[in-house]
Amino acid sequence: MRVRSESILPYGLLAPTLIFIVLLIVVPIFQAFLLAFQTAEGEFTLIQFQKMLADTSFADAMKFTFLLLMFIVPAQVVLALIMALLIHTRFKGHTLFLYIYALPLAISDLASGIVWLSIFTERGFLNSILFQLGFLERPFLFLSYQNLPAMFGTIVVAESWRATAIVMVILLAGLQVIPRDYFEAADVFGANTLKRTLFVVLPLLRPSLQNALIIRTIFAFQTFAVVLALAGRVIPVLAGESYNWYALNRNANIAAAYATLVLIFTVIATVIYFRLLRTTAAEAGFD
Amino acid sequence: MKSSLSRRHIFNQIFLYSAAILLALWTLAPLYLIALAAFSTKEAVFQWPKLFLPTAFSTETMAFFVSSTGVLDSVWNSVVVALVTVAASLILGAPGGYALARFRFRGRDAIQLGFLVSKMFPTAILSVPLAVAFLQMDLYDTIWGVALMHTAMALPFVIIVTAGIFVGVPRDLEEAAQTLGCNRLQAFLRVVAPLTIPGLAAAAIFTFVLSWNEVFAATILTLRNRTLPAQVLSGLSGSPLYYRYAGGFFMILPAVVFIFAIRKYLLNMWGNIVR
Repeated sequence: MRVRSESILPYGLLAPTLIFIVLLIVVPIFQAFLLAFQTAEGEFTLIQFQKMLADTSFADAMKFTFLLLMFIVPAQVVLALIMALLIHTRFKGHTLFLYIYALPLAISDLASGIVWLSIFTERGFLNSILFQLGFLERPFLFLSYQNLPAMFGTIVVAESWRATAIVMVILLAGLQVIPRDYFEAADVFGANTLKRTLFVVLPLLRPSLQNALIIRTIFAFQTFAVVLALAGRVIPVLAGESYNWYALNRNANIAAAYATLVLIFTVIATVIYFRLLRTTAAEAGFD
Repeated sequence: MKSSLSRRHIFNQIFLYSAAILLALWTLAPLYLIALAAFSTKEAVFQWPKLFLPTAFSTETMAFFVSSTGVLDSVWNSVVVALVTVAASLILGAPGGYALARFRFRGRDAIQLGFLVSKMFPTAILSVPLAVAFLQMDLYDTIWGVALMHTAMALPFVIIVTAGIFVGVPRDLEEAAQTLGCNRLQAFLRVVAPLTIPGLAAAAIFTFVLSWNEVFAATILTLRNRTLPAQVLSGLSGSPLYYRYAGGFFMILPAVVFIFAIRKYLLNMWGNIVR
């Protein structure tokens, strides 16, 4: 009798969560498919996707979503890697710097967009300092549709500023599980810091690096509020279009079509993530 | 030889600290600037060129933001939603985390994988159909609907993090309590729970911040009963700059304080999630 209750207990403990997740995650996803693929009469249709493709913002939303991803993710990873490697040297006072670098973990993409709006806006802090240093005679319009690359750049900066913290924490956690012996062995063979980083640390950090890369890629598909705060509707993105179609146009079907597209990209990225991770964890020699 | 080595050492240290300080400035300067912008007069927001010292310090723009229609209500809504989310996700999730930490059972790996996967679904694919469903259930435009959604988003995170916390409590302690006459529940409440309170508190705070910051679902699921981020987002295009600055700072301040309070747990928490 006791054995029986012991074997049922874990399922009982997990049941409330599983039910909740089925009701609020699994069921909604199927309902989203119904919204995207069904007519009001319940027949299969691709009309919502045809409408989505015909939407004037669609091509731009695709273009900017992938462009942002290509700029943001590498920028975050490089910056976070530098931070994590610095902290990992355990210099005097490194914990203080760790806490400072981790602060943006608390900041939402919306708030981050507003922070950088105060910097990049016409009479903002960046123009002010460039003017006072004599580099500019009048404000440069970073956030104008006439300077699209600059506007795009401000979003890359804001997202890199905010989400680098998450990547840094992931990489630092990865660095800390690398046995110290590896570092010492490299020292014995006379490797300098740069060589040690390139040939010893980075290969060992590959699982964490790929992990961070793919997690950030998945979330980059959802970039939304930071774009809205800095660029309004001048730079459309996929998640933003889903929001617009529901919140502004009250069209749940096309909103669901956009959301389905984001999900498809997410799934593709996730599959790659699990594939790559499986091989590299074994390659790295410790798991 | 020795002096050249130590000179190299000093050079290395200078390089290290310069890089560390530069990156700290990159992180902190924008926070200082938004604080400056949020606490100034309305005129100072449009001043050219801007001053970089708080010479125009004033609570005028902040007071304007807080007294704007709907803002205080939205702050209250955000707090309630976040508290409900924390309570619900811990009550539902912590037992599950404990199960994953303590038991070997059929389907354990599959369930764990399921949680990892469910963390990755885009917010849009969940909130659009939920908005449609909530409309029929009279949950649309209520803070309860938002809290339900936030709980669903937080649960996978809470389960994985609490599992990590419970793994950290030696099983021996629990078994010792059981041999001394506690039943399983008593052993949990008297031995395991007290040891995990700091970790659980950190997870609770992190969940609070997740909910406090969430904007997409909150905006889709509400119309008038906005949370703070939804309020600020829906006012982005129509509100003056100083309203947005004050709103941005207002959202950041409590979150930064909370994250700083749990700084010691951050690395462990993320280490757990990632592995």
